[in-house]
Amino acid sequence: MNWEIVIGLEIHAQLSTQSKLFSGAPVSFGAEANTQTTLVDLGMPGALPVFNKEALRMAVMFGHAVNAEIGMTSVFARKNYFYPDLPKGYQTSQMDDPIVGVGHLDVTLDDGTTSRIGITRAHLEEDAGKSLHEDFHGMSGIDLNRSSTPLLEIVSEPDIRSAKEAVAYVKMIHSIVTYLGICDGNMAEGSMRCDVNISLRPKGQIEYGTRTEIKNVNSFRFIEKAIYTEVERQADILEDGGRIIQETRLYDPEKDETRSMRSKEDANDYRYFPCPDLLPVVLTQEYVDQIKQTLPELPTEKATRFMSEYKLSEYDAGVISSTRPMADYFELVNKAAGDSKLSANWVMGELSKLLNQNQTDIKDSPVDAHNLGLLLARIKDNTINGKTAKDILLNMWNGEGSADEIIDKKGLKQVTDTGAIESMIKEIIDANPAQVDQFRAAEADKQKKMIGFFMGKAMKASQGKANPGVVTPILMKLLKG
Amino acid sequence: MLEQNISSLIKKLRQKEITSVELTQSYLNKIQELNPSLNSFITVCSESALAAAKKADAAIDAGTAGPLAGIPIAHKDLFCTQGTLTTCASKMLSNFVAPYESTVTARLEQAGAIMLGKTNMDEFAMGSSNENSHYGLVKNPWNLNQVPGGSSGGSAVAVAAGMAVATTGTDTGGSIRQPASFCGITGLKPTYGRVSRFGMIAYASSLDQAGPMARSAEDCAHLMNAIAGFDPQDSTSAEVDTQDYLADLNKPLDGLTIGLPKEYFGEGLDSGVADAIMQAVKEFEKLGATVKDISLPNLKLSIPAYYVIAPSEASSNLSRFDGVRYGHRCEDPKDLLDMYTRSRAEGFSKEVQKRIMVGTYALSEGYYDAYYLKAQRIRRLIKQDFVNALNEVDVIMGPVAPTTAFSIGSKTDDPVAMYLEDIYTLSVNLAGIPAMSVPAGFSNEMPVGLQIMGNYFAESKLLNIAHQFQQNTDWHLQTPSMDKGA
Repeated sequence: MNWEIVIGLEIHAQLSTQSKLFSGAPVSFGAEANTQTTLVDLGMPGALPVFNKEALRMAVMFGHAVNAEIGMTSVFARKNYFYPDLPKGYQTSQMDDPIVGVGHLDVTLDDGTTSRIGITRAHLEEDAGKSLHEDFHGMSGIDLNRSSTPLLEIVSEPDIRSAKEAVAYVKMIHSIVTYLGICDGNMAEGSMRCDVNISLRPKGQIEYGTRTEIKNVNSFRFIEKAIYTEVERQADILEDGGRIIQETRLYDPEKDETRSMRSKEDANDYRYFPCPDLLPVVLTQEYVDQIKQTLPELPTEKATRFMSEYKLSEYDAGVISSTRPMADYFELVNKAAGDSKLSANWVMGELSKLLNQNQTDIKDSPVDAHNLGLLLARIKDNTINGKTAKDILLNMWNGEGSADEIIDKKGLKQVTDTGAIESMIKEIIDANPAQVDQFRAAEADKQKKMIGFFMGKAMKASQGKANPGVVTPILMKLLKG
Repeated sequence: MLEQNISSLIKKLRQKEITSVELTQSYLNKIQELNPSLNSFITVCSESALAAAKKADAAIDAGTAGPLAGIPIAHKDLFCTQGTLTTCASKMLSNFVAPYESTVTARLEQAGAIMLGKTNMDEFAMGSSNENSHYGLVKNPWNLNQVPGGSSGGSAVAVAAGMAVATTGTDTGGSIRQPASFCGITGLKPTYGRVSRFGMIAYASSLDQAGPMARSAEDCAHLMNAIAGFDPQDSTSAEVDTQDYLADLNKPLDGLTIGLPKEYFGEGLDSGVADAIMQAVKEFEKLGATVKDISLPNLKLSIPAYYVIAPSEASSNLSRFDGVRYGHRCEDPKDLLDMYTRSRAEGFSKEVQKRIMVGTYALSEGYYDAYYLKAQRIRRLIKQDFVNALNEVDVIMGPVAPTTAFSIGSKTDDPVAMYLEDIYTLSVNLAGIPAMSVPAGFSNEMPVGLQIMGNYFAESKLLNIAHQFQQNTDWHLQTPSMDKGA
């Protein structure tokens, strides 16, 4: 049968606030257990939550960025369940009245097709702590540092139809939250986590099939692989005439399989009700409008501008604008280089290659954007050629100085003196009589290919410094005799 | 010395007629003498109280004393007090030493008051008789065979028997007013949000409110001056300016309109209680007030609404007592579920377990709309009843409870009869308005409390009305002989 894949995503983005959602404790990763906590995060008797207004601002920013309705009155609700690292016995979340309502995002795939993914809602909630199962002599340890860390849960409509589309959507959300500066987007540290809801239905059928939810997938690659694996599993069951059980599953990247975590029957009745310790959050239009004014240029807008302002291709503009640090870096390179196409090629090419090889973030690149731009400016003004520039970039990466310093120090300036080049070429012709004879005997179009041999000799003799634009006409003249 | 009011004690302390150390010691002696029979205190802090009294005396000498410097008081044992046991009268918290101070107790300490100890109560404030305590029941000093009311029974008895000048209580459905009424003292439940709930162990967060319990309205005003006011640590606390609650006490009552809701005087009301209340109303007429019959038509719905909302919130509020971080944990749990279930089964009394189960049920999928949401709709109706009534009259008066204190054990097997005890008090919490219990006479030799209910943030007016009544009556000056029922 021909199956259609239906995917909906729930993304938890940890908001980059200084303090927690309901307490003044600092939000930090990797601190000693239970040191980043207050009475509230520990669930002490009598402790009361106080809502962090910074988290509110960030949630409203996100709402604007995905063209969503803003919840002018949003209500915190308690989601009740017992777990050792849930200190109050409930998670404070939002249920009926979330801070962000219906919105949408346009997602472009590599093949250039664009689809609109609906966003059902985004709501604020607090994170739980962590249970530690090692080093406690068979018991479990509880670390409440993460307790009450603010999360924005972004729920999509079941509008996604492929693994590629799912990844493109998650990347777009990632790009938006990092552009907005409301989440550091660090998936390895759990700052962004993704639950994937998947079902299959025969092509053309309107009703949805039974779905499974894959919890906590934490990289773009795993999202794609988990979807492929789960789709295959569901398709096998359905092809064999079986039924999908509605359940929560876990993806195991090592075995590349999903396995059952709990079925719907085991699911908790969370007994949601409005949290009586927190007042409804009532916004004014003025506040909402004012936050809209503070929105930075978002990835899609930036890509469009790069295409018109810098004449970049749609692909290049998309890649470069995918993260704000890369887009900012590119614009600085271009400013110093004065050539947008050259700048884009080097940022996406040589620089990205070095960053990947060294697993370095562009924000931490040892070659800053201005200096890379100055290097490219030396290509543009014919001081050096591209090949030399790649070597210089490596020197710069290793901290040997600026482009001009390295060019000077190593004497890498291109030779454009025609007299010097002419005498060098005469020597080459004298040293290679057989090749010269062959060249002279050949047809004109063959000659064009054969000139590469002499060009190579010339570059070697000049240690790469000869300007190819000067060498070629002199070679032609002297070879033809 | 023990029969003095706060104003005169302050004066004597400032004029060095007595020292706080002497005063505190005399109250500690009284506690030592009476607590074995009354069981009003769970914890007595003799050492720290005397140390604080010494500091208060020094502060008075230095001229840096706070308004309540040197006045010995006691706190209901659900206010967290740093370094002292805070039990909520539960086995669950029988080992819990709070690592921080509640706003109410901190503000009173700031004002210079001395904490004598922590008073007994119904476990987690769930009860109307103070028979439901891990630390044993509390006895009414007016008749030792009778209950003091609850849940702030220990606080009421401490004041009535002269073991503290004043005490703090909390009122979720009548827990300040009903024991005040049963013990012949004055109690104020302020407007919801007037006093911070920070550090007060929650029963039902949307209903809980702390307030003073004392011999007189004037003494209550002294405590209100310390505890009332916005607290950034409690999001539900009101950003409404406070008043000097002593300032308006002597305003005349000419032109005051009193509403008497017919629903407060119907079936079930003890005739002796009714007589005392009507007598008190006549007193107000003498003071220049006029009386108007009014109706609060949804009053009878307040019991079912309350017994859905309060247990629902409680079921969630009490989830944190899981044996993981503090409080009671069962011996040798075999797994996580066993630890949860046994710790909670052992740590909570049957009454608490019952309310947790009722609340869990009411919030469950499929029942939420029928119970919780419907109860919230009723709550709005009840609130509207009060708003309408208080548009017509300045204050509403009626009995606090349908009867005077009842015999120990007489209602423990009949939860519905026990819940009906709260018929006149619950609606006030559902509406969030302030109300007082003021001694207004006796029936069957037991005290009767008059309830005065006012508009939002009208605490000053309520205290003024109660004070004027107490200037013209001496019910609040009566003290128990302690020999009845002994």
